Amino acid sequence: MSCLETIQAYGLRAIGIGERLLPQDNFTLCEQVTLIGSGLIWNVYFGFVALVSGFILATAVALGKGSSNRVIRKLSEWFIFVFRGSPLFIQFFFAYFFFLSLKSVSPFFDILTAAWLGALIVLFLNTAAYSGEIFYGALRSIPKGDVEAADAYGFSGWRRFRRIIWPTMLRLAWPAYTNEAIFLFHATTLVFFSGFPVWQQRGDALYYAKYFADKTFNPFVPYPILAGYFILLTLLVISVFGLINRHLNRHLPQEYRRKLSLRMNLIR
Amino acid sequence: MFAFCSDPASLDGFAWLTCYITTSKHLQLYYAVGTVLLLLAITAPAALAFGFGGAMAARAHIAPVRWFGKAYIAVVRGVPDIAFFLFFVIALDQAFEWARHKVLCPDWDQPIRQGNDFVVCQAAKLPLGSAPQWVHESYGFLLAVLTFAIVFGAFAANVLFGAMRAVPRAQMETAEAYGMSRRQAFWRIMVPQMWVYALPGLGNLWMVLIKATPLLFLLGVEDIVYWARELGATANPRFTEYPHGDWRMWYFLGLMVFYLGFTRVSEVVLERLMQRLTRGQATTGGEAQRKAA
Repeated sequence: MSCLETIQAYGLRAIGIGERLLPQDNFTLCEQVTLIGSGLIWNVYFGFVALVSGFILATAVALGKGSSNRVIRKLSEWFIFVFRGSPLFIQFFFAYFFFLSLKSVSPFFDILTAAWLGALIVLFLNTAAYSGEIFYGALRSIPKGDVEAADAYGFSGWRRFRRIIWPTMLRLAWPAYTNEAIFLFHATTLVFFSGFPVWQQRGDALYYAKYFADKTFNPFVPYPILAGYFILLTLLVISVFGLINRHLNRHLPQEYRRKLSLRMNLIR
Repeated sequence: MFAFCSDPASLDGFAWLTCYITTSKHLQLYYAVGTVLLLLAITAPAALAFGFGGAMAARAHIAPVRWFGKAYIAVVRGVPDIAFFLFFVIALDQAFEWARHKVLCPDWDQPIRQGNDFVVCQAAKLPLGSAPQWVHESYGFLLAVLTFAIVFGAFAANVLFGAMRAVPRAQMETAEAYGMSRRQAFWRIMVPQMWVYALPGLGNLWMVLIKATPLLFLLGVEDIVYWARELGATANPRFTEYPHGDWRMWYFLGLMVFYLGFTRVSEVVLERLMQRLTRGQATTGGEAQRKAA
C-alpha cells in the first residue's frame, strides 16, 4: 500500500471509518504515523469536551468554596479534595466498575460503561475540581479596589459578578488554567488503560502506540511519534490559550499585561 | 488465618468478613501495599538525586553538559508521562540486554533486531532464563523504580533549578567576598539555603508521585490495582470458599480512600516540615516566625 492509501484506510480508523483489520506485520512508518494520529482524535475529543464542560462546573465550585454558606462551602471543599487527592487512574477504575454495577440495576445505564461517555464524566469532574481550585485561588486574589470601584459604580449581585469579578478571576487564573488544560490533554491517554474497554480496537493515540510497540517489540518508533503528536497538541493549546489570554488582558497597559509563563506541571 | 475460619460456609456477618479479608490472597494485597510504599521510599530519594544531578548539569559551564541538563528538564514537558513509563520500561530493558550482549558475546554475528524480534545471546538475557522467580520479580520492580526515578527526576530537576536561582544573589556575592571558591559557595551557601524555596515544589511533586504509583500496574508489577481487580471480580462458589458477586467497585473505593488518607497525612507532614525549614530564613515566612516568637 502506498502511503496515501494507508491514510485513506486508517486515517479515521479510531472512530470506526475505513479498514476494519489493523495492520498485522511489516509495519511501515506511514502506518504507524497514520494510526497513532487517528487515535489522537479521541484525545482531542476527551480533552476538549471535558475542558469546556468542566469550565462551568469549575466556576460554580470556586464560588461554592468561597461561599459564606457552610453547607455549600463544605460540599465544594470535599469535591475538590476527593478529586485532587486521589489518582485519576483509580478514579477511572472506580467509575467504570460503579457504572458496571449501575448497569445491572437498569439497562438505562448501559451507555455509561462506554468510554466516550463514562470516561468523559470522570475527566469532566476531575478537571472541574482542579480548575475549581485554581479559580478559587484567583477569586481570593482579586484586588480589593476593583470590587470597591464596582460598588461605587452601583454594580451589585449578578451584574457585579458578570462584569467585574468573573473577568478578573479569569484573567488572574489564566496562566495556571493553561497548564491545567495541557495536563488534561495528557491525562486523556489514561482512559483506555483503565477499566474502560476499547471497542473494536477504536482506541486513542497511546493505545495504538502500545499496539505497535507490543507487536514490534521496538519502542523507539511508536513512542517518539506519539511524543511528536503530543508536543504539537501542546503547542496548539498554548497558542489558543495565549490568544484568549491576550483578549482577557486587552484593557491593561502594555507593561502590566501578564505573559503566559508556563510552569512545568504535574501529572495527576 | 484464624482458627474459626476453618469452615467459611457456616460463618456470617462480621466473622465471615474477618475471615474473608485475611485469606492468603488478601495478604498478598496487603503485601502489594507494602510494595507501593517501598517504591515510594526508594523512588523519592532516587528521583531527588536524579533531579539534583539534572539541575547541576543545567547550570554547568560546559555547554554540552548544560544542553543535556536543559533537554532532560524540558523533555517531560509536552509529552504525557504515561508514555514515558511505557517507553522507558522496554527501552531500559533492551538497553541493558544490548550492553550485556556486546560485552558477553562479542563473536555473535546475527543482527539483534530480526524483524519484529529482539534477539540477544542466552548469556546476555536479563534476568537469566535459569534465574529463580524472585529475581524476575525484583528485576521488574527495579526497572519500574528506575523509570519512576528518571521521569520524576526531570520534574525534581526543574524545581531544584528554580530553587537554586531563587537563592538571593547577595548571599553568593557575600560568599565570594569571603574568598570561597565557586564549588565551596555552591555547597556551603547555596545548597543549604535552596531547600526552603524548593520545598513547595518538591511537596507538590511528592503528592504527584503518590498519585502516580497506581501506574505500576501498567509496568507489569503485581500491585494493588492488579490485586483489587483480581480479588474484587465475581468469586464462583465452585472455586472458592468465599463466594461473592462483583465487588471490584468496593475494592477501588477502598483504594481511593487509602490514597486520600495518604495525601492528607502527607499534607500535614509537609506543612510541619515547611515550618521547620522556614525558621531563621530570610523570607517573609521566617520573618513572621521571628516576630511571633
